[in-house]
Amino acid sequence: MAKSDQAHSTITVNEDMTIYNAAVQKQMLLDALANCEELDLDLSQVAEMDTAGFQVLLLTKREAIKANKAVRLTAHSKAVTELLDLYNMASYFGDPMVIPASEHAAGSRR
Amino acid sequence: MDEIQQAFVVEGRELLQMMEDNLLQMEGSGSDSETINAIFRAAHTIKGGAGVIECNFIVEFTHVLENVLDEMRAGVIVADRELIEVLLNSADQLGALLTCVENNSEPGDDVNLTSAALREKLQHYLGKPAAGHDVVLTEASVQASGGGEMETDNWHISLRFGPDVLRKGMDPASFLRYLMELGQIVNMTTLPDAMPDADEMDAESCYLGFEISYQSEADKAKIEGVFDFVSDDCVVHIWPPHSKLADFISSIETLPEDTMRLGEILILCGALTQHELDFALSAQADRVDDLSAQPKIGDLLVNQGVVTAEVVEAAAVKQGRVADKKSIESQLIRVQASKLDQLIDLVGEMVIASAGANMQARKSGETALVESTSVISMLVEQIRDSALQLRMVQIGETFTRFQRVVRDTSRELGKDIELLISGSEAELDKSVVEKLGDPLMHLVRNALDHGIESPEVRTANGKPARGTLRLNAYHESGGIAIEIIDDGAGMNREKILNKARERELISPNQVLTDSEIFGLIFEPGFSTADKITNISGRGVGLDVVKRNIAALRGSIEVESREGQGSTFRIRLPLTLAIIDGFLVGVGRASYVIPLGTVVECIELSEQDRADTLNRQYINLRGEVLPFVRLREQFAISESGGRRENIVVVQYAGQKIGLVVDELMGEFQTVIKPLGTIFKHIKGIGGSTILGSGEVALILDVQSLVALTTAQQNRM
Repeated sequence: MAKSDQAHSTITVNEDMTIYNAAVQKQMLLDALANCEELDLDLSQVAEMDTAGFQVLLLTKREAIKANKAVRLTAHSKAVTELLDLYNMASYFGDPMVIPASEHAAGSRR
Repeated sequence: MDEIQQAFVVEGRELLQMMEDNLLQMEGSGSDSETINAIFRAAHTIKGGAGVIECNFIVEFTHVLENVLDEMRAGVIVADRELIEVLLNSADQLGALLTCVENNSEPGDDVNLTSAALREKLQHYLGKPAAGHDVVLTEASVQASGGGEMETDNWHISLRFGPDVLRKGMDPASFLRYLMELGQIVNMTTLPDAMPDADEMDAESCYLGFEISYQSEADKAKIEGVFDFVSDDCVVHIWPPHSKLADFISSIETLPEDTMRLGEILILCGALTQHELDFALSAQADRVDDLSAQPKIGDLLVNQGVVTAEVVEAAAVKQGRVADKKSIESQLIRVQASKLDQLIDLVGEMVIASAGANMQARKSGETALVESTSVISMLVEQIRDSALQLRMVQIGETFTRFQRVVRDTSRELGKDIELLISGSEAELDKSVVEKLGDPLMHLVRNALDHGIESPEVRTANGKPARGTLRLNAYHESGGIAIEIIDDGAGMNREKILNKARERELISPNQVLTDSEIFGLIFEPGFSTADKITNISGRGVGLDVVKRNIAALRGSIEVESREGQGSTFRIRLPLTLAIIDGFLVGVGRASYVIPLGTVVECIELSEQDRADTLNRQYINLRGEVLPFVRLREQFAISESGGRRENIVVVQYAGQKIGLVVDELMGEFQTVIKPLGTIFKHIKGIGGSTILGSGEVALILDVQSLVALTTAQQNRM
């Protein structure tokens, strides 16, 4: 599910981002980030997301900022949007200075 | 109940007592700042303690109380009779809440209702309506603008979830969603700062915190209720609208994130204004010369005159109090009563053992041995005294407790009664004091209800309208006497006599002394009250009082003069455990007479012996001294020696002689209670073990005196 060309890779998360998968997904995302400069996350298949899943996204994003890399969230599913909105964190992922996160902002800001 | 809770309850009760005393003093002699401060400190300490044991129902209740007291300190609210009443009731309510803690139970509906009602009343004094939430702090004068009060209408909720929340199947998101059902989240900042680096981050732990600005009609309890499920795993701070800035900031300090960041977050949430923060920040910048001492922003906000003089003063007072408390703590140690009892038991055994050693030494005739054992027994005596001293408490505390009873009861009865206390420094054993409370209460209520007349009657009889009740204590021949004296109507001798004849307690022709007549009121079911009130007069009680006092090896008597008042006098031994005795021998048996009752010993001369074969009294320096022969009293068959002695004992002002064969001297002894089979034997109070291992009986001088004088009066 991961296509990688060193500089840019895209990962499609197929499972729910819940506590049951969080540990595995954390490792998967961090590994992916380590092997590229820009990481696109396709979240369209995430039917369910809980706080553990949200934290994994948050961690990935933070690690990316630290390493001066980019993480883009693309194609948010409804569950993802809802949780990001609830936590009022959409702007964190969508910060234009670092990485555009939401789909409509992606093209214009970079 | 764990140890902390227990300590809290004990301390709380002490503080409440202090609060009540001060309130009553305030009512009696007006309020001065010292009294108000003392009351405030009591409430404040209780609140602090309740916070430590996380007892929210007490914290919430005390908070409002504290606010009112704070305003009183500032002179904004002036104490009137009505307010003092409310404060006294609040103190009572706190007592009830403490009982809940003690029983490990949540307060029931009725308790909660009372709490709410009292809080409502207290809020009324704060000049702001309760308005749904309970913690409204009034704004005090502020030096700088943008200061004392947060400029927002919103609640502020600060949440820090614990790491295990997710693993326990709870999701912060669901709590937030629930919160949104109760009101509107105006603004929220999610704080992931606690999340560690990638390697250490556990995907199944929760690291999130939230600062929420929240608008809701719900009250604090309801908002808190949202987080009930996670209360163990989540730090929740809820600030109501218009909270005092200082409270806010100092609480923020306890949160893990650094204060600078919090400052920003708070602005983001609208909890603080930019102005407020800038003000504090500029002050922080002013002190760059001293980097190491650069103050935290929270401190600055507090120190920057943003806080009122009152708050600073409160802090100073608190510091002073902490210092005070420390010095008191170093002077007093709390010890469990059971440990003391154990010590006393051991000392008792030691007393017996040392008496035994002493006797053996004397028998052996070795001077050196006798000398060293006598030193030991002297030391043992001192140890015994100081061990008993440990359990001695002043009776004053018990007395002052009645201030409130007198105040409330006299109000209820529509009487004006003053309580005077004297002799409160008299000391007696703690176990005695504890058992004394009920009988005293009964006698006090009795005096208030039946003794002292209504003001109208008093004025009509030429007495001052205000009645006086006196509690007095003093030491008397190895014991303590406690008096309950009223200046009321006194008792009608004839009325008691008639009632007693009616109930056939005495035969119609029987002639009784005054003290015997008044003694009748202690008979079961005896009441001369014309009407029964809900305070006393059902005829149940005085007999119970007498029984309780008797169980303490004490006695009770009453003196009364019609129209002038009555005096109830309780006599009690100082302690129940050990007595100094006087050992005497009759035939082969030994008896111990409590030393405190012994007046003198005289030899019964041949002349007297011949004279007294047919009468039961002798001439003691011109005084008639009735006596009792212990040989006859206890039916000892073997004949005595050639000589007899009289031990003169005194109890409650009555002297009698006890005729014995042999005087064996002072003897310190531990009282061992007699089994219930021997309960009805008159004249024996207990038993003890002599150094030789023999059993000696301890004489109950009180009943011997009563017995002898009764016989004497009949002749």
